Amino acid sequence: MAVVTRDGEASAAAGASRPAAATRLLASMAGLDWLAKVWWTCLSISLFAGLWELCWAMGWADEKLLPPPHIFLDNIAEQGRFFNTATRWQVGTSMTEGPSAFESVLITGAATTMRVFVGLVLASVLAIAVGVLVRYYRFFDRLVLPTITLLSPVSPIAWLPVAIFLFGIGNAPAIFMVVVALFFHMVLATINQIDTVNTNLINVARTMGASKPQIYARVIVPAILPGMLQVLRMNLFGAWMVVLVAESTGVGYGMGQVIMLARNTFNPSLVFFTIAVIGVLGFTFDWLLRLAQRRILYWLPDTAERLRVL
Amino acid sequence: MSSESAPTFSSRDAVVCRGVGKTWAAGTKRAHEALRDIDLDIKPGEFVVFLGPSGCGKSTLLYLIAGLEDATDGQIWSFSDKVETPSPERSLIFQETSLFPWLTVWQNVSFGLAIRGASQEERRKVAAEALQRVGLIAAMDKRPDELSGGMRQRVAVARALAMRPKVLLMDEPFAALDVQTRARMQDFLLDVWRDSGASVLFVTHHIDEAVALADRVVVFTSRPGRIKTIYPIDLPRPRNLFSREAEAMRIQLTELLRDEVDRAFAEQEAFAAPA
Ligand SMILES: Nc1ncnc2c1ncn2[C@@H]1O[C@H](COP(=O)(O)OP(=O)(O)OP(=O)(O)O)[C@@H](O)[C@H]1O
Ligand SMILES: [Mg+2]
Repeated sequence: MAVVTRDGEASAAAGASRPAAATRLLASMAGLDWLAKVWWTCLSISLFAGLWELCWAMGWADEKLLPPPHIFLDNIAEQGRFFNTATRWQVGTSMTEGPSAFESVLITGAATTMRVFVGLVLASVLAIAVGVLVRYYRFFDRLVLPTITLLSPVSPIAWLPVAIFLFGIGNAPAIFMVVVALFFHMVLATINQIDTVNTNLINVARTMGASKPQIYARVIVPAILPGMLQVLRMNLFGAWMVVLVAESTGVGYGMGQVIMLARNTFNPSLVFFTIAVIGVLGFTFDWLLRLAQRRILYWLPDTAERLRVL
Repeated sequence: MSSESAPTFSSRDAVVCRGVGKTWAAGTKRAHEALRDIDLDIKPGEFVVFLGPSGCGKSTLLYLIAGLEDATDGQIWSFSDKVETPSPERSLIFQETSLFPWLTVWQNVSFGLAIRGASQEERRKVAAEALQRVGLIAAMDKRPDELSGGMRQRVAVARALAMRPKVLLMDEPFAALDVQTRARMQDFLLDVWRDSGASVLFVTHHIDEAVALADRVVVFTSRPGRIKTIYPIDLPRPRNLFSREAEAMRIQLTELLRDEVDRAFAEQEAFAAPA
């Protein structure tokens, strides 16, 4: 308990310059949770890895097919050889030249992350803009919404050939895939968010003489922000999946391509190693997004905390 | 009707309703008549309470007067202007909290000034004045979720006052508060009303509240809401609510309401019963 108290004070002091609500929020969340959260995360992963290792030790899991963590994480340098960057693939460059194995893993991971990030940002900006325009202009609604509704159930996989026709290989098709996979859903989500804004808030603004653009800018956009960030987080994992598909189908290099390579060369160790790297990247990404969310939505109470009391 | 071309009401009145009716979803299968034939004159600085069974259209009438919804029949005027759109001169305070959760208390209070592009300095000054009047100056930099329900309603009142409205429309603003807090809020509202000189239209379910506050009580019939009677409360202020006259008025109002509440219940039961 002593550790917890000290931690709480430290975070409260760090947040002293911010408004009181933010300080309290940070203190309550960071104070109790920070160390505990790391501890539980480690425990959760160890438990999973431990079970796997146990299966291996008991001889239930064939190490050729399901190599346990201590095997596939054993030799990062060995695994890293397969994480080739674009320069390494160029004709006439030998496998031993270019960046080291560790750097290759970083570069490949960064390339994939960058595609997810750029795609996510593009998709959200476009989707929110289109969603707001649809509600703002009746004309735009009638003109655009049917097509968007029509295209939203189309699986991202169906767009893959289009991505390649349009953009060939490289970053662009992978980013296109992320955008196209998220855009339509996010437009519909934005519209749904706008439709559920508390009418009283809009009416208050109306009685104060706010114009339509002012109501949108000062009431509707801030009011839909929490929901939109939620939608963004939900779609984050979707973006990761789509990027892997795009990369594995020859759109370019990246994590997806490494998985494909592992499949083609029958290398389960490499598969699991790549899965582990993707997991860590996705986890970090989500964590950063949650952090941003907490900062942007300083006014929201912590719902998870309330449910925990039950 | 000739009165439409030549209005017969005094144009100095704060609110004038002539033959006002409202049918929700008019012209569709789900058409639903909420109000019929409302004639009402409210003088400047008058405190009028709307009393009626649940669902009789009291909120609807406030919305019409605020200009948030259009009347299906009749006309509404306010200080010789025809009511067609919302106006800062007529502030509406809602039953549920309607503060912007992402703004601090003072930013909420000065929202209307921000709309007009006032400087931060001016906004803070006006907000401080309005919050002073509701006794919440210390909470200026807090966020709405840090306040109690009663404090939030006071902030909503301050926000309405900051617009210097001539008509204050209040839809059961204290319904969610406990009896003691409600009594305090009533005293506070009477002070504010006296200082501001605005007319107040106040919806409530509580007969005690009507007797404590009103110059006149408008009693509505069950749906479609019509004016059953207008009952004057001519008790001197500050009022002794335990006096015999006050008690007699409460009893009379209760009688007036009972029939209507019974009828509203019967109708709602018939409505809910399978055809
Ligand atoms: N936006 C709306 N659309 C359709 N019907 C509505 C709408 N608002 C209210 N009504 C209907 O109009 C009638 C009057 O509603 P209103 O809210 O004005 O009643 P009220 O007198 O304020 O009731 P309460 O005392 O319970 O608040 C009700 O039958 C209600 O169902
Ligand atoms: Mg109501």
